[in-house]
Amino acid sequence: MNSNSVRLPYYPGCTLKTAASSFEISALASAEALGMELIELPRWNCCGTVFSLTDDDLIHHIAPIRNLIRVQEMNRDGILDNENRLVTLCSMCFSTLKRAELLVRENPDKLKTINDFMYLEDDYNGDVTVVHFLELLRDMGREAISEKVKRPLTGLKVAPYYGCMMLRPKEVGIDDPEEPTIQGDLLSALGAEVVYNPYMKLCCGSYQTMNEKDAVVRLVHDILSHARADGAQVVATSCPLCAFNLDKRQKEVKETYPDFEEIPVLYFTQLMALAFGLEPGFSGFDQNYVSVEPLFKDRQLIPE
Amino acid sequence: MTSRLVISSENEEFLARVNELSGQVITLCDQCGTCSASCPMVDEMDVTPSQMMRMVQLGQSEVLRTKAMWLCASCFTCTVRCPRGLDLSRVAEALRQTTLRQAADHININAIPRDELAALPQIALVAGMRKFTG
Amino acid sequence: MKSEMSIMERIAEAARSVTTGVDAGSVEHWVTIYVMGKGYRVPADLTILTAMEYAGYRFVRGVGCRQGFCGACSTVYRKEGDYKLQTGMACQTRVEDGMYMEQKPFAPAAKPAYNIADETFDAAVFLRFYPEVARCVSCNTCTKSCPQDLEVMDYVQAAIKGDFESLAEGSFDCIQCGLCAIRCPAEIVQYNVAQLGRRMFGRYGHPVPEHLTGRLEEIQAGKFDEEMDQLTRTPIEQLEVLYAGREREAD
Repeated sequence: MNSNSVRLPYYPGCTLKTAASSFEISALASAEALGMELIELPRWNCCGTVFSLTDDDLIHHIAPIRNLIRVQEMNRDGILDNENRLVTLCSMCFSTLKRAELLVRENPDKLKTINDFMYLEDDYNGDVTVVHFLELLRDMGREAISEKVKRPLTGLKVAPYYGCMMLRPKEVGIDDPEEPTIQGDLLSALGAEVVYNPYMKLCCGSYQTMNEKDAVVRLVHDILSHARADGAQVVATSCPLCAFNLDKRQKEVKETYPDFEEIPVLYFTQLMALAFGLEPGFSGFDQNYVSVEPLFKDRQLIPE
Repeated sequence: MTSRLVISSENEEFLARVNELSGQVITLCDQCGTCSASCPMVDEMDVTPSQMMRMVQLGQSEVLRTKAMWLCASCFTCTVRCPRGLDLSRVAEALRQTTLRQAADHININAIPRDELAALPQIALVAGMRKFTG
Repeated sequence: MKSEMSIMERIAEAARSVTTGVDAGSVEHWVTIYVMGKGYRVPADLTILTAMEYAGYRFVRGVGCRQGFCGACSTVYRKEGDYKLQTGMACQTRVEDGMYMEQKPFAPAAKPAYNIADETFDAAVFLRFYPEVARCVSCNTCTKSCPQDLEVMDYVQAAIKGDFESLAEGSFDCIQCGLCAIRCPAEIVQYNVAQLGRRMFGRYGHPVPEHLTGRLEEIQAGKFDEEMDQLTRTPIEQLEVLYAGREREAD
């Protein structure tokens, strides 16, 4: 690791250790190429994935705040040098952690109750700022990204899919909730042709996938068939739950809508690692239900 | 034909309780319907989000028997679009919690085949458990 | 029998615990404890288990090794003036003045049948058999209630992440007393989750030990048949001598 690299604490989340491991692997490699060392929290727990929305409920904010305390500990123990930005990849983790960060910043009385409850932990001091990896990439500027590109994704038509959690609600959204460009800007810096999909911020059905599969199938059909109709060859995402619905549920979409044309779904970091010419960019596709390999081989983006 | 709508103290209490849990002033809703037009799940719902709001305004606890409040996926589309600045996701959550806190789960996890559970990513199950079980 | 004793004899008899054999006359320090709300004066140097026996309770179940290993005598207590609900093994926890307690010897716990040979070595196995792990809110109550001082919350989280090694290491000293499961607001049975995790880790996470495979082959080949045969024909007296004089590892 380059000694000039920025060392940042990084929160993976459960699914990045299993079904979405290609997301993590490609993100860490891309970050390294850009001079960022993402250091996984030495100890972390599930963020809870959804931010609790009931005014009197505090117990569900314990999990995210506990993770923010870990960043404090890393600074205390000298693993980090006064670095309070906590990097996330998964949009759901980002949203839950970010909203908890804001909740306790705005409600010192709630923070006190939470701190008192967790009496075995250091008190959370409110210093941590949760960021999404895409924000860091945006702040580096287009030049910094494009100069790392070794295999531009020229001609590859990618429809960025945003979903909900990185855009809404406004107080935590990392871009305009109605016309987001943050992911498209990155993809275009990688050389890809960005396809505008009006359904890019339509909810994929989220956790309803366990209980209301039909609704999820309809939404996934709408999102993907519009992307397809607008010429996209690949859909890019930043959330393992969106990725599950958009990719794995295509099996059921096809059963319900026989005319549906399947389309591969990748994490934006997989496309970035591929464009940077990094080894993880050439792999990890085996986690997909709809394979991207024929398309990439055809376009000579990956070896035959 | 005219019909009389009687708001009882029970209705008022229900509205007050949902206001309290959601942190919203639900009477602010002027029934413009933006939420219903924006909702990705409205096709599957029995009442639309704006109808759900109206029922709460009138203190009709029958709203707790709607499918709509469970179909809300907390996508916050209505939240960012409500011209009155209301957070409907919080209202739906308040309604779900009103039921879940009575030890009445929305899903029976044992009724879902084990293979289907095992096929889900953790993120789906954790979120679903948070939203559908108390 | 009792009717033949004088009143004084009966009081003295009542003051001497049949189970503990403690003679009240020789006790210098006394404390008051409350078992299910009823107060008792008991000698200060007893454990919760022996103090309850001193007070007249008889344990048929809810007691086992009396050494802190079997996990049968789980107990919960509060001390006067302290809001914390504490937990421990009754056989390992000394009574204190003003302790309120009750025994929690058993935790009703779901334990589905599974065959680890049929499962794949990833987090899905936990979602399949114990989907309630997804309800964990990281409140850490399990860790606080563990009499073995295990980081229970961390190993439940390791299960969610599919980190079998951390789970196996973190739960290795579990005595399955059930206190975590009773206290868990998410209604998770932590120790059963851990047991599944350790079994999976043992089956798939560890290399097959060569010495064990080799020894099994030797047994199969009959290498020890003669010795075994000789052992079964040895008279019990001689076995006792052999046992007493055996080579032992240091304690």
